Amino acid sequence: MNFSNKYIVGFSLAVCLVCSLAISALAVSLKPKQDVNRLLDQQENILRVSGLWTESGHPTPEQAAALFAQIVTWRVDRVSGAMTKAEAFAPAKEMIAAAKDPAASTATASASARGAQIGRTPNVLLVYQVTAPGQESWVLSIWGNGLWSTMYGFLSVAQDFSAIRGITFYQHGETPGLGGEIDNPSWRAQWPGKKIFGPDGRPVIEVVKYGNVRDPSRQVDGISGSTITGRGVSHTVRTWLGEEGYGAWIGNVMKEAKP
Amino acid sequence: MNKENKEILLGPLHLKNPITLQILGICSALAVTTQLKTAIVMSLALTAVTTGSNFAISLVRNWIPGSIRVITQLAIIAALVIAADQVMQAYLFDVSKQLSVFVGLIITNCIVMGRAEAFAMANPPLKSALDGFANGAGYSLILIALAVVREFFGSGKLMGHEIMPTSTNGGWYVPNGLMILSPGAFFLIGIIIWIQRAKSPSMREQE
Repeated sequence: MNFSNKYIVGFSLAVCLVCSLAISALAVSLKPKQDVNRLLDQQENILRVSGLWTESGHPTPEQAAALFAQIVTWRVDRVSGAMTKAEAFAPAKEMIAAAKDPAASTATASASARGAQIGRTPNVLLVYQVTAPGQESWVLSIWGNGLWSTMYGFLSVAQDFSAIRGITFYQHGETPGLGGEIDNPSWRAQWPGKKIFGPDGRPVIEVVKYGNVRDPSRQVDGISGSTITGRGVSHTVRTWLGEEGYGAWIGNVMKEAKP
Repeated sequence: MNKENKEILLGPLHLKNPITLQILGICSALAVTTQLKTAIVMSLALTAVTTGSNFAISLVRNWIPGSIRVITQLAIIAALVIAADQVMQAYLFDVSKQLSVFVGLIITNCIVMGRAEAFAMANPPLKSALDGFANGAGYSLILIALAVVREFFGSGKLMGHEIMPTSTNGGWYVPNGLMILSPGAFFLIGIIIWIQRAKSPSMREQE
């Protein structure tokens, strides 16, 4: 069959129009549901990493809200380390958006930030303080690049910063089955108890290549077949615990805690 | 059901299987089969997309100009894939997080394009939808078979439930690392193709 050029242009326009309208309508109508899912997922991740939610199922929005009564959200000035209490829970989205805004963030220079491809860190950081009895700790928001994607997650640290309490990633695009195993509970179970800082105050925690753990007090065994993802996690954690991340604030808190 | 439709439906499950005969859709067959749950969801998503895209493309096949037919097919397929992804993000949030990039990659899955070009462009809508469904089912069959073997031997589990307690958790089973890695899936697909060809001479190429 022969079609005129006019017909071809008209036909392609019509196809594009119909497809894009259908997709937009669907995306707009599903967005509220997806947003609820994302927020709840983030809250669940904070609750899980801090040990407040240990059931295998998901918390309902009501349960999450109830547990969040035991969590105080703080905004921290990255350079001075000064804390101000936030009125309500603020999602990590706030920090991620700030990191993209040149007026609200600072360019990084360290090797670890380069390793995790964290170009800028926000000037105001979010800290979630868990006040539940027996679970007193801090939850920090972290992100950095693995092999394919930016991995967004939370790091739970002991109140005195002596050890990691847990790590979790709520969004990443690493290869399912390989790097994607960073959100596998059995891999994450290695993290609790690892030492964070060395005697000189620099982060010493790291993920090493699979089967190469020499110092179990501070090294996490990588995932076989995911060396680059593991390296990304290492650099990510070190950047956020260092001067370009929560470093100044951690220094302040540790100083205050000392008698 | 007449003989022709039966052939359309059953062919792709065995002798005309998209993975083992046509060797299409290998990349996702390697990537999402370390766990049964992700394999099942991927199978459902792909089957829904091939069925829908074959039906939609066949509906408009007589109006599609030959010179832009592939891009038209792609536009329709892409729209359906985005729709599947959006629906999953709203109702199957967990699994959509695990599948992440692979749902988007259904767009480039050769099975979807291949069936649109080879079948839907030349056949009426219902028959095309049946063909799309059957090919999706053939793909699913292999994916699920791979996932069962890989999850069982690779991590001693099925659907995330522990069947054989692994040595890392204090059990007796030492997980087979090869099954977790992509090459493990390659070997398994190779073995399936070998058995299939040995049993059915029609699948062999002429010497």
